[in-house]
Amino acid sequence: MVGKDPEMSEIAVKRAVKRYGSVAALDGVDLTFTDGEFFGLLGPSGSGKTTLLRAIAGLTELDAGEICIDGTDIARIPVHQRNIGMVFQNYALFPHMSAAENIAFGLDVRGVPAGEIKQRVAESLELVRLSGLEGRRPKQLSGGQQQRVALARALVTRPKVLLLDEPLSALDKHLRQEMQIELRRIQRQIGITTIFVTHDQEEALTLSDRVAIFNKGEVVQVGAPRTVYQWPINRFAASFLGEANFLEGRVVGVLGHEARMALPDGSEIVVNHQGLANGARVLVALRPEKISIEPGGSQAPRLNRVIGRIHAATFSGSSLTYRVTVGDRLFIVFEQNKNRPPLPEQSVVTLEWETTDNVVVQP
Amino acid sequence: MKRVVDSGVRFYLILVLIFLYLPILVMALFAFNKSPLYALPLEFDFIWFRALAENDKLLRAGLNSVLIALANTVIATSLGTMAAVAFGRYTFRGKTLLQALLFPPIAIPWLVIGTAMLFFFFWVAKMMGVPFMARGLHTILLGHVALSLPYVIFVVGARLNDYPKALEEAAATLGATPWLVFCRISVPILAPSVVAAALFAFAVSFDQFVISYFLAPPGVTTLPVEIYTSIRKGFTPEINAISTIIIVISMGLMLIVARFYRFGGERSGDE
Repeated sequence: MVGKDPEMSEIAVKRAVKRYGSVAALDGVDLTFTDGEFFGLLGPSGSGKTTLLRAIAGLTELDAGEICIDGTDIARIPVHQRNIGMVFQNYALFPHMSAAENIAFGLDVRGVPAGEIKQRVAESLELVRLSGLEGRRPKQLSGGQQQRVALARALVTRPKVLLLDEPLSALDKHLRQEMQIELRRIQRQIGITTIFVTHDQEEALTLSDRVAIFNKGEVVQVGAPRTVYQWPINRFAASFLGEANFLEGRVVGVLGHEARMALPDGSEIVVNHQGLANGARVLVALRPEKISIEPGGSQAPRLNRVIGRIHAATFSGSSLTYRVTVGDRLFIVFEQNKNRPPLPEQSVVTLEWETTDNVVVQP
Repeated sequence: MKRVVDSGVRFYLILVLIFLYLPILVMALFAFNKSPLYALPLEFDFIWFRALAENDKLLRAGLNSVLIALANTVIATSLGTMAAVAFGRYTFRGKTLLQALLFPPIAIPWLVIGTAMLFFFFWVAKMMGVPFMARGLHTILLGHVALSLPYVIFVVGARLNDYPKALEEAAATLGATPWLVFCRISVPILAPSVVAAALFAFAVSFDQFVISYFLAPPGVTTLPVEIYTSIRKGFTPEINAISTIIIVISMGLMLIVARFYRFGGERSGDE
């Protein structure tokens, strides 16, 4: 069986730097991937996440810093001795070999006896549920099947770490969701430390035990998807992982751990945050799904309540997105498609939310 | 309507084939005609092929052609494949300039290139005092290599661009040493294009007239040059016979090229 490796495999990246000309693809990255963890590297293209993945694989050399697997610096170890499994963006299946030959390749070049190769290839095919297709060439397989072959090929050598470079980006939406579940199942079954790169926030949220958000070669925030989503550290993290409304204002009163904040248009909100001083400028992120929207604008003024007008309503099946203008500010509001017909555009609405939904973030 | 278009297309195709192949066919037919004066009716005979077998001059020229073409194939294919890999897989100073300089020779008339080469070799041999560079079979070979190199680089390079570097990287991550990556991944994938490029190089050299004519010293000829010389002296169907042989060889080579190049690597027909 492609069993769980008894030894630990913890990967530590320390002050990793990689420059392409004057552009820093990695600008002092520190990250630790713990044993058995499914770790998502998330960021816009060019943010350095793929560079880090390739550096771990040994396909890209760092300019400075080090990468350690179980405490050993692997800088001097060439790619073919690193014992990693990698799934490439377009799978990189060998076109001149059958599915089984593709999977066997890693064992073959290691000099594993033919009998054992046959057995392990069969087990791998079973693991990715492809038994019966071993004789097909990559061209004769669907996108999802190619993905599975690539995964089996990467796992059959029992690597210490599995690296996935945008593994699902080439699949259509339906297949992508199916493969997400499949990937998670296989990863749990084997318990292999897995690092994957994606620019798809939903994929990162669904798959990862922890995520790191990258921007311009730096790690912006690391944490469990839920934590990072709930408590984004700054404007970039808040807007890259999910959508966010940003409210900028000044603290006008502090009471215990609650601070009253005045927005430029005079309305006030309350934030739950330690250590805010009177007069401090504060940026607040507010998730669109946290805001409740009600027709009419006659309620009494209150904290965390504003009155506006629907500027645009977008229907997307299970949910609705409203763009509401409040003074000269635009609020984005998500609402589940439930119980009532969509509110008409240009109608007056009241937006309301809880104090805990106001998350103070760094600019 | 569709039927009208279909038959129109078919008619057009037939016209193209007629204009391409009819002259060749007629030429070949007379290779098997007994009359030395191309007289009709056709009287089937191998007499001109037999005459050819005794024509030392043509045979020696033919041998020269084959030798040069074979040497050219080996040299141009090796150099060209290496150059294609360098262009496709590495970055180095002056790469873009080199790449840009590679292809104009394909468009420059052979007559111009031939003249330039003639001047060059003459100048190097006489003015620079390098007698080795005087005209001869080896300079003809040099000219042919220079001429066929861009074709090889183009054919192999196209294949190299077609398949992603990730294949080699994937093999490396799977534990293959660079040498194994080369043998097990790069070579099999590039092989069809290298074979196609080699056949191309052979054909370019074997069919080459202008460069060979300009660079051949008195007394040394290649087949196309010898044929040209014979034609000027007034000719017999022997020329038809040798031309037929050349055409069969050339067309055979090109069919193999097409087979390898079009379906390169996938071998879809083999499954």
